[in-house]
Amino acid sequence: MSYVTINKEACIGCGACVDVCPQSALYMKDDKVEVNEKCNLCGACIDACPVNALSIPREIKDSACLADYRGVWVLVEHDGKKPVNVTYELIGEGRKLAEKRNTYVGVVLLGNNVSHMIDDLGSYGADKVFLCQSPVLEHYRTEAYGDVIVDMVKAYKPEIVLSGATTQGRDLAGFVATILETGLTADCTGLDIDENGNLLQTRPAFGGNIMATILCPNTRPQMSTVRPKVFPVPEKTDKKPEVINFDFDFSKITIRTEVLEYLPFEEKISLADAEIIVSGGRGLGKPENFEIIKEFADTIGAAVGASRAAVDAGWISYEHQVGQTGKTVRPKIYIACGISGSVQHLAGMKHSDIIIAINKDPEAPIFKVASFGIVGDVMTIIPLMTKELKKRMNA
Amino acid sequence: MRVVVCIKQVPDTTEVKINPETNTLMREGVQSIVNPFDEFAIEEGIRIQEKFGGEPIVITMGPPQAEEALKTALAMGCDKAYLVSDRAFAGSDTLATAYTLASAIKKIEQTDGPVDVVLCGKQAIDGDTGQVGPGIAVRMNIPPLTYVSKIREIDPEKKTIIVERLMERGKEVVKCSLPVLITVVKDINSPRYPSLFEIKKAAKKPMIKLGLADIGIPENRTGLKGSPTWVNKVFSPELKSVNGEIFQGDPEECAVKLVDRLINLGKGVSL
Ligand SMILES: Cc1cc2nc3c(=O)[nH]c(=O)nc-3n(C[C@H](O)[C@H](O)[C@H](O)COP(=O)(O)OP(=O)(O)OC[C@H]3O[C@@H](n4cnc5c(N)ncnc54)[C@H](O)[C@@H]3O)c2cc1C
Ligand SMILES: Cc1cc2nc3c(=O)[nH]c(=O)nc-3n(C[C@H](O)[C@H](O)[C@H](O)COP(=O)(O)OP(=O)(O)OC[C@H]3O[C@@H](n4cnc5c(N)ncnc54)[C@H](O)[C@@H]3O)c2cc1C
Repeated sequence: MSYVTINKEACIGCGACVDVCPQSALYMKDDKVEVNEKCNLCGACIDACPVNALSIPREIKDSACLADYRGVWVLVEHDGKKPVNVTYELIGEGRKLAEKRNTYVGVVLLGNNVSHMIDDLGSYGADKVFLCQSPVLEHYRTEAYGDVIVDMVKAYKPEIVLSGATTQGRDLAGFVATILETGLTADCTGLDIDENGNLLQTRPAFGGNIMATILCPNTRPQMSTVRPKVFPVPEKTDKKPEVINFDFDFSKITIRTEVLEYLPFEEKISLADAEIIVSGGRGLGKPENFEIIKEFADTIGAAVGASRAAVDAGWISYEHQVGQTGKTVRPKIYIACGISGSVQHLAGMKHSDIIIAINKDPEAPIFKVASFGIVGDVMTIIPLMTKELKKRMNA
Repeated sequence: MRVVVCIKQVPDTTEVKINPETNTLMREGVQSIVNPFDEFAIEEGIRIQEKFGGEPIVITMGPPQAEEALKTALAMGCDKAYLVSDRAFAGSDTLATAYTLASAIKKIEQTDGPVDVVLCGKQAIDGDTGQVGPGIAVRMNIPPLTYVSKIREIDPEKKTIIVERLMERGKEVVKCSLPVLITVVKDINSPRYPSLFEIKKAAKKPMIKLGLADIGIPENRTGLKGSPTWVNKVFSPELKSVNGEIFQGDPEECAVKLVDRLINLGKGVSL
């Protein structure tokens, strides 16, 4: 089998590819690069090469049958009463993709007695609602939901299928893509379309340290799960969608799971819905100093967030963590106090409308994304701001 | 009761940094480790076998050096390891990886007997997709239970299992028939550290290599050829500088200025 292909004529022996190879599979010999058996064709070297001397031997298949696939679909996630926010976000983003492809936006709505959500979905931009209702679909179950969607896709042939990168969305999309034997890109934070109708799916990998753009050129539909809070919720209109009732014969499938009960968490802090968030990081120095952050947050009616460094130090609980491995938030105002702005922290908050940073290091990366900020000691600045705010509010 | 644990060898991503000058990944000295979520899967597999008897099997697909990851699992207490390795598997995306692993597990069933529980981690910290687990389940035609934070009970007689699944807003309690595929989150247990004695013992445990021909799958369903997704471009996350208003100097003055801005901004918000 193949390794990455090296064009020895073109190679200038600069070694840039050797440095980026995650597997240490590339090495220099006689001023040219060589590859060993560790190469797993990950492709990291391709872009690093300044002279395009490296390539992966792939084939593009005949695309004639791909043209049968039309439409951008969004898999609706809901709690029985209303869709969760990421569904609206995806309808908005799906609209943009559909316009570029000159096609429609469809949503897939499954459940028991869920037709009251149809108009709501239309008002956010869905042109068509593919509806399947049954007592079997009362609770989300991978097999039942997955089998219905597979049949729907086979019947209506959408070119793109999006779902939220939530526990349910990832579970469902993984199941459906495997049965359809098509590509699935996980946890996307950027979507676009190229001139050939390929979905350019951009996503973080390696714990957020790198970004990758993934393509699915030879199979349809192109499927992605998309991280919540990355795209805005679109404006509502009074559009009414077309409804397609989908009949599914549940007697033909066996469902091997049964949901016995659901135990909701007590939501004490709802970071995800807060309009203002004040977050503290390692720069606070000690747990007691979080009180200063909390008092400030209370004064302006904000929720309290934290960096992983603060959570790992035990200063505040994990529910407060913002970032790659914590919550993704999109408040109107995000105030980062004593937080450096690592890629992993930014992954969870950089889509906030306005970012404010307070940090004693003027070079801290967080200032790059901050619309406003103060270079200074949080322990001095925050109490001063709290005092000033209280003064003005009383005035 | 027969348990198979799927593990992946990954670079320790907490060590991976971006070189700010060249904008590339710096990986010198980055260790290869067992995917952290898979340690919870190994631990859970061993616990199931300790309770119900049987010998936990561990399997990985990867290059020859992935054997190191298997040794860790054997030292923790697994009894038998399978290294699924062949040039033909290189470049596999999650669809091809799941197909290859599921085919390998079906092959193992022919020699070791039917499997009741397949365990995976929630996700691998390099590829970060969480798609391989559900994919294996589909290919083996067994139900997937993802994000499991607790196994409440297993009934080997009735062949049923009850688990808790960790969702965003709560826990779901699900009952399911065996065999089953489970992906675990880190709340499920605390993995044990192997002792020196067990590390020594592990060296004598069976380590079996399976290649393309052993598994007997067509070459075009694995590796690059069997992978619908292509990694087209890899780059480091760039920061678009917003050139904001950053105050410096007298703390009191700075605080007053920032409060001004905040109150202005806050007009649309419930300040
Ligand atoms: C796989 C992976 C996942 C991760 N997930 C997350 C995640 O979800 N969320 C997350 O936040 N991190 C995450 N991290 C960790 C991340 O890489 C950083 O280590 C972390 O965000 C740092 O937190 P911090 O900014 O509070 O601390 P530091 O980076 O140490 O920054 C502290 C900052 O405080 C400033 N400071 C110090 N004293 C003061 C003072 N008195 N006044 C003002 N400023 C002061 C310093 O100048 C510095 O900029 C993850 C890492 C990995 C590898
Ligand atoms: C930058 C980058 C981005 C990528 N993005 C995608 C993408 O969006 N879609 C896609 O289909 N592929 C993608 N891939 C390919 C993907 O990483 C590989 O297919 C990889 O082998 C498995 O995916 P994962 O690391 O995400 O594993 P996950 O699905 O996150 O792993 C979950 C669990 O499955 C088990 N498991 C996973 N791999 C193995 C293995 N080799 N052996 C044994 N058990 C295993 C482990 O229990 C693990 O905890 C990407 C690769 C790179 C380098």
